[in-house]
Amino acid sequence: MTQQDGAPKPGMRSNTPLLELDGIVKRFPMTVANDGVSLTIRAGEIHALLGENGAGKSTLVKIIYGVMHPDAGEIRWNGRPVVIASPAAARDLGIGMVFQHFSLFEALTVAENIALAINDPKRRRGLKSRIAEISDAYGLKLDPDQTVHHLSVGERQRVEIVRCLLQQPKLLIMDEPTSVLTPQEVEKLFETLRRLAIEGCAILYISHKLEEIRALCDRATIMRLGKVVAECDPRQETARHLAELMIGASLRPTYHLHEEPAEAAPARLVVSDLSLESAGEHGVDLKSISLTVAAGEILGIAGIAGNGQSELMAALSGEALADRADAVTIEGVAAGRLRPAERRALSACFVPEDRYGHGAVPAMSLSENALLSAYESKKLAPYGLVDAPKTRSFARAIIDAFSVKSDGPAAEAQSLSGGNLQRFIVGREILQGPKVLVVAQPTWGLDAGAAAAIRQALLDLADQGAAVVVISQDLDELIEISDHIAVIAGGRLSPARPVGEVTMAELGLLMGGAGPREAPSAVTA
Amino acid sequence: MPSRLEVPSRLEVPFRLEPRGQHSRFWAWASPLVAIVATLVVSTIIFAALGKPAGAALYTFVISPVSSLNGWAELSVKAAPLVLIGVGLAIGFRASVWNIGAEGQFILGAIFGGGVALAAGDREGFWILPAMIVAGALGGMAWAAIPAFLKTRFNANEILTSLMLTYVAQLLLIYLVVGPWKDPEGYGFPQTRLFGDAATMPILVSGTRIHLGVLAAVVAVGLGWLLYAKTLLGFQLRVLGQAPRAAAYAGFSGPGLTWFALLLSGGMAGLAGVFEVGGPIGQLTPSISPGYGFTAIIVAFLGRLHPVGVLLGGLVLALSYLGGEKAQIDLGLPNAVTGIYQGILLFFLLAADLLIGYRIRFAGRRAVAQGGRA
Amino acid sequence: MNLDLVVSIALSVISAATPLLLAATGELLTEKSGVLNLGVEGMMLVGAVIGFGATLGSGSAILGILAAAIAGAALALIFGVLTLTLLANQVATGLALTIFGVGFSALIGARYVGQPLPPLPKLHLPGISDLPVLGPIVFGQDALVYFSFAALFGVSWFLYRSHAGLVLRAVGDSHDAAHAIGYKVTRIRYLAVAFGGAMCGIAGSYLSLAYTPMWAENMTAGRGWIALALVVFATWRPMRLLLGAYLFGGITILQLHIQGFGIAIPSQFVSMLPYLATIVVLVAISSNRTRVRLNTPACLGQPFHATT
Repeated sequence: MTQQDGAPKPGMRSNTPLLELDGIVKRFPMTVANDGVSLTIRAGEIHALLGENGAGKSTLVKIIYGVMHPDAGEIRWNGRPVVIASPAAARDLGIGMVFQHFSLFEALTVAENIALAINDPKRRRGLKSRIAEISDAYGLKLDPDQTVHHLSVGERQRVEIVRCLLQQPKLLIMDEPTSVLTPQEVEKLFETLRRLAIEGCAILYISHKLEEIRALCDRATIMRLGKVVAECDPRQETARHLAELMIGASLRPTYHLHEEPAEAAPARLVVSDLSLESAGEHGVDLKSISLTVAAGEILGIAGIAGNGQSELMAALSGEALADRADAVTIEGVAAGRLRPAERRALSACFVPEDRYGHGAVPAMSLSENALLSAYESKKLAPYGLVDAPKTRSFARAIIDAFSVKSDGPAAEAQSLSGGNLQRFIVGREILQGPKVLVVAQPTWGLDAGAAAAIRQALLDLADQGAAVVVISQDLDELIEISDHIAVIAGGRLSPARPVGEVTMAELGLLMGGAGPREAPSAVTA
Repeated sequence: MPSRLEVPSRLEVPFRLEPRGQHSRFWAWASPLVAIVATLVVSTIIFAALGKPAGAALYTFVISPVSSLNGWAELSVKAAPLVLIGVGLAIGFRASVWNIGAEGQFILGAIFGGGVALAAGDREGFWILPAMIVAGALGGMAWAAIPAFLKTRFNANEILTSLMLTYVAQLLLIYLVVGPWKDPEGYGFPQTRLFGDAATMPILVSGTRIHLGVLAAVVAVGLGWLLYAKTLLGFQLRVLGQAPRAAAYAGFSGPGLTWFALLLSGGMAGLAGVFEVGGPIGQLTPSISPGYGFTAIIVAFLGRLHPVGVLLGGLVLALSYLGGEKAQIDLGLPNAVTGIYQGILLFFLLAADLLIGYRIRFAGRRAVAQGGRA
Repeated sequence: MNLDLVVSIALSVISAATPLLLAATGELLTEKSGVLNLGVEGMMLVGAVIGFGATLGSGSAILGILAAAIAGAALALIFGVLTLTLLANQVATGLALTIFGVGFSALIGARYVGQPLPPLPKLHLPGISDLPVLGPIVFGQDALVYFSFAALFGVSWFLYRSHAGLVLRAVGDSHDAAHAIGYKVTRIRYLAVAFGGAMCGIAGSYLSLAYTPMWAENMTAGRGWIALALVVFATWRPMRLLLGAYLFGGITILQLHIQGFGIAIPSQFVSMLPYLATIVVLVAISSNRTRVRLNTPACLGQPFHATT
């Protein structure tokens, strides 16, 4: 039951729920995102909203926060029906929200970011001192005058939380808050949340991470395909049962043929003492990175977003060139000064993190997107003239081999779901028969089925003798598929260790290990 | 029974845009037609507002310039420079290389080509015309190379640099025709001597003014289409324009493609310049272009940034020039009317382009159907 | 060099800088909200012709300036409907606006060509305005010169000292985040676009009412584009516009005086100076990519479509 420690709010009977959603319906052109969703949250309760990507969680919280409006259904706040017309109205009721993709303004200071979420001009006075008070009280260290683009991901989340707490919310919505944090940071966040709950604030905690929910939440509502499928006390359930409720089926475990890499396995990708200044203004400089990946091996690179992953990816793919040719060696050839096409000629393939606009061109057809990286290796453009039939049949081959749901090779990339487009991109790279494959965030945002299929494809590729590098924020994923694992933090890479020999706690320390992030040098210019 | 909750009415937007997810091929070609029709409707209203007989004005503007075979010949002469420039711009715009200084490159093409013609004087020689054409193309390319260099080396915005160079080019042209290249027997008019016979574009169809440049425009459309639709280079330019990061990922050179796009569009504009001064004009004067370089921007958009579309767009915009001249003579309307129509046409075109990527849903009907309960 | 010459040069620099400052101040605010309106030249021309016509018709320069501001704002709203509501490409729409403005101003201006108009009256404070040097420069200007400074300081105060200005900067920095916390991105941008248009209209009216007091086709002669370049030159900081506008005012005036100094250069080459200087300045500022990227409003030129 609800904890009663918190001081009861005036005019509120303790048995009246804080928030009730009754039969909420939200339709989109293609889908019904919420189909008669009902949900009850009480004061002081930490309530999990559990579901896969696409289950309708985000739509539901956007409705609660007034960003979207339901097509049907009723919202009751302290027992009274309300219309939440806008986020400002939600904040006036006492609803605060911490977004999954942070809704912060890079060019503005911490204090300015917070002021933007306060509607009442009177309450914007003396803001800096109140920021200081709140961040002291909850152990959320912040400098109000710092510009946001200097902040680490964890610090940014603190800004969002302080921004909410300043409004003294009665309900705090947290959308996937831990996906960007180290295990240690997660533990600190949980302490803050538990304290808030004890003070009487209700927390709606959206996640698909089962262990976290079991550790933190009092109640859980599980959604699938826009509907509520179960309500339970997560502490009483096994993670496996929660997962099955969430997915609606049991999952096949991935299958890895490969045992320990043979001693004689040749090193296909070697990076030695690679240092690179970042080109971007918010970028991270790479510092003396070394790694070796042998045939048949999968090297996992863990780390929190923004610690040099995209820079490392660019340095490996050739989008950024190293100072020395021998900083990157692919198949025994010094490739540090080679351009992307030349590295592909050495049988290296790449899957960047961003599908829309980096790994694929959204407004182009799948055929054209097949051409994008395979024109050389599959000889799709002899003498500079595009061989359209051959390109189409290659796209068709990818679609068939990787079960890409689409309207065929002529379909535009942007018409595909994220998961299907990722299958297409990964398929395009794998069907080129790479000896070296580097993938970044291969399953980010995918549903469990698509994620498992992509992991299996990577394992199969390694089993065929390729060297695979997987850069991911998802530790569980890396532990599942990697042979060795290394951590990138602040642009430095830890030595790779066999995956069986490292613990989560060690990885967490390494991930946060660089200490407070150094200010990017480019900013001072 | 859950009660229904109404969306708070948002009065300012009576319709909603819904992404199609997939671009509509139908609207990609239909939207220029919608824009042309809308422009004709608005133009008729403007004529009426100016107190001119609307029907007659429309006839003067749209029908009468092409009511004779010679009218069509004139249309193709006017369209030739627009198409030549438009093909180059369309390919550049596809790569998000915003060369809007084609007017200046046109002028430099005319200056370079005209310089060869003036140097040749009354000499005969089969080499004169080819030399003029090459010089014209080089002149346009040289002028476009400046924004290309400044963009790739110094990151300077090519819109502003190429446009500033247009003003410089105009001043340079004036300097030449009132200064060193002025016709000594020109009664003080700011113009050069007439080019010699060997430096004049041959007429292809006798009795008309259809000259070599018209043929060149048609060839440019064909080659442009080949580049755009069939080559890896064309694909690279399109990827660069739509998703520069994907272009970097694929290993396409951004600076290289930017150079190519600017040199191509500059060279085409230069060609158009030399064909104009070597063809219908026959000398250099300060007014060799009625804004072809700017109008070609509209031609490129009207033609869907596609070489074949540019051919059609060039004919439509050429009609607006002829119609404007006709309207000036027959109806006493100022020549500036042409510019207004061109602007309105581009407005409507850009507005209609919305339909390619979005579907419009009008909120009205559904709100009424559910309006009973609040 | 005598004092009179200094004063006369200073006065002409001010009058050359004022239209640039007015237009650039408006465009800067528009761009801060994340909208790139390349139609400055067109809006200035229409402002010039409407301001001239309205002053001529009503006999009141104030009404003329007001009409110019409204005309500029109206043109900017056409741009707004196309780019903000109908999500058209901002670069192309801005070009269309300029093409339209050139034609439209020429059409309605045809009847004003060659018509004289008394120049905008200048401030005259007995005693003070007659002080040597300082008097005519500081206390002897027309209303629009003072207005250009007031607008600049006002915009600077608005952007960095007021909450509404903070919201506007936020919208330009991340329209998605601004939308998520409940700001009306499109409405705010409409207001910013309209303000920019009104300022461009006023800038145009300065040309036709004070700078040359007359109307001529295409009389802006690229000043709209120079104003756009000035915003880049200022790296989107209002106070730096002052430096830029007066620098360009100085270059414009230099071309008038350069032959007076006995330097034999054809006038056309001298007239190229402002355009060449624009290029030089753009190159100098842009070559520091980091600085430009850090200061450019992150959403500049990007369409925003709320998915709700």
